[in-house]
Amino acid sequence: MGMTTAEKIFAAHLVDEPFAGTKVLKIDVVMCHEITTPIAIADLMARGKDRVFDTGKIKAVIDHVTPSKDSKTATQAKMLRDWARRHDIKDFFDIGANGVCHALFPEKGFIRPGNTVIMGDSHTCTHGAFGAFAAGVGTTDLEVGILKGVCAFRQPKTIRVNLNGTLPKGVYAKDAILRVIGHLGVNGATDRVIEFGGAVVAGMTMESRMTLCNMAIEAGGTSGICMPDQVTVDYLWPFISDSFASKALALASYSAWCSDPDAQYEQVIDLDLSDLAPLCTFGYKPDQVKTVAEMAGSPVDQVYIGSCTNGRLEDLRVAAAILKGSKIAPGVRGILSPATPQVYRDAAAEGLIEIFMEAGFCVTNPTCGACLGMSNGVLAEGEVCASTTNRNFMGRMGKGGMVHLLSPATAAASAIEGKLADPRKYLK
Amino acid sequence: MKSFGGPVLFLDRSDINTDEIIPAKYLTEITKQDLKPYLLEDLKLPGFDPKSAKTLGAGVVVSRANFGCGSSREHAPWVFEVNGMFVVIAQSFARIFRQNMFNCGMAAIELSADQIERLFGYSDAPDATIEVDVAKASLTVSGGGRKESMQFEISPFDQALVLAGGWVDYADGKY
Repeated sequence: MGMTTAEKIFAAHLVDEPFAGTKVLKIDVVMCHEITTPIAIADLMARGKDRVFDTGKIKAVIDHVTPSKDSKTATQAKMLRDWARRHDIKDFFDIGANGVCHALFPEKGFIRPGNTVIMGDSHTCTHGAFGAFAAGVGTTDLEVGILKGVCAFRQPKTIRVNLNGTLPKGVYAKDAILRVIGHLGVNGATDRVIEFGGAVVAGMTMESRMTLCNMAIEAGGTSGICMPDQVTVDYLWPFISDSFASKALALASYSAWCSDPDAQYEQVIDLDLSDLAPLCTFGYKPDQVKTVAEMAGSPVDQVYIGSCTNGRLEDLRVAAAILKGSKIAPGVRGILSPATPQVYRDAAAEGLIEIFMEAGFCVTNPTCGACLGMSNGVLAEGEVCASTTNRNFMGRMGKGGMVHLLSPATAAASAIEGKLADPRKYLK
Repeated sequence: MKSFGGPVLFLDRSDINTDEIIPAKYLTEITKQDLKPYLLEDLKLPGFDPKSAKTLGAGVVVSRANFGCGSSREHAPWVFEVNGMFVVIAQSFARIFRQNMFNCGMAAIELSADQIERLFGYSDAPDATIEVDVAKASLTVSGGGRKESMQFEISPFDQALVLAGGWVDYADGKY
């Protein structure tokens, strides 16, 4: 019987099955940031086990609050920094080189098809875009991952989501994933892997696939997964060209991780996106989705473009194309946080940063900050933010604040009008 | 092993998320004990007060579907732990929250919609109490002069984690 990508990865990484249904897997990449790792470090030290299973397989970054905003966040950063130095973790990214983990680590080529990836961060599912099994975990799972290089999972079932047709103009990966979450509901994929396929995904860049997989968790999914293909190989080529004689050989190797044609899915969902319109959320749950047209005119106080969902170069290009030559509406605060230093540099080189600044945006350094209401754009009570981030829980970006999740294009159009606005009228 | 039981805090809504359990701005604390004052600070429910004696005196939380959705922050189980609440009972859980509970040696118990409804039948009783026996996979609810017991399903792995006192102790001895 055929296997899904997730089943293949589970089979290849199985260390132990202590009880029926519980699989302990070998972990290829353990990622750490300064919010959820320090307590794991402190616990390991208290246990007299301040060790790491493999320095090369641990990646660490200070990204949630950077530069540190107060003594507490400075202490968290210091704990991670000291630990990385102590254990000679080469892939540690500090001020000047740091960016949002789920944008930075893929950019460095750390994730390969068939990998198992964990991090103390729910949006770790992003890395499934590379044909990996990537799951967010808590601090205790992270701690055991750091110490032993293993993690326990229930064998997840797989939901196959085929995104069929072609995305219309002005409609992007963010709209597609909001459509999927609206269909599945916020717990429609709990204990499930969401495997994305279909013509729309085949035609997507890696950046767009990461946007898709990033929000699998908002439907409860353990990991999003896209099949590794030529797009994956092209993206990874700078990092793998020493390992393969040709791209064709890399593709042949990675294709072994693709789901078999006769793989068994728990559920197959076919969505034709050819008529999809720009979407946004209207409530406090990510499955509360309407068309931007339905919500148009709803006022916003702040527009935020950034995050592990939509802070990559293609996102900035889309938003800048709409903002070019325009000013954002009076009274609206525009904030751009390029997700990584490389994104920032590339955007500057292309003149995008100039467009944002000319339009009236504030450009911050790469950080998660505002997305979870920690720094660099926290909302006040009663304020509303049009945001390219991933979570619209009540108070997420600041106590008493409201968030509309939407695409970079819709964010840009909404900034110009000072209210939710359909981006399609700004596209030539 | 921790004692599992006590007065019940009923949270009558689905999809209670980790930001409501412990807002992100408190994730800068670096000891579990420092989280204690912020339990359920941003949760808005009719009649619910995070600072009330009823909330702070509870030992068991009972809620609806998809409890603990959102962030991976283990601060959510920790803030219950430091407030003496070692059991959350719900119709379903978000995966990461559920695993975090067991990884800490605490219990996230899933019941059927019907069983949850029966537990909510005790929500008006000021003395509502639940005692949980993880080893026997059973619980007893009492209050308002009534009392009943029910069985629940728990995976043997989760049971083992509770008995071991959590995943670090379990894994360290084994892998």
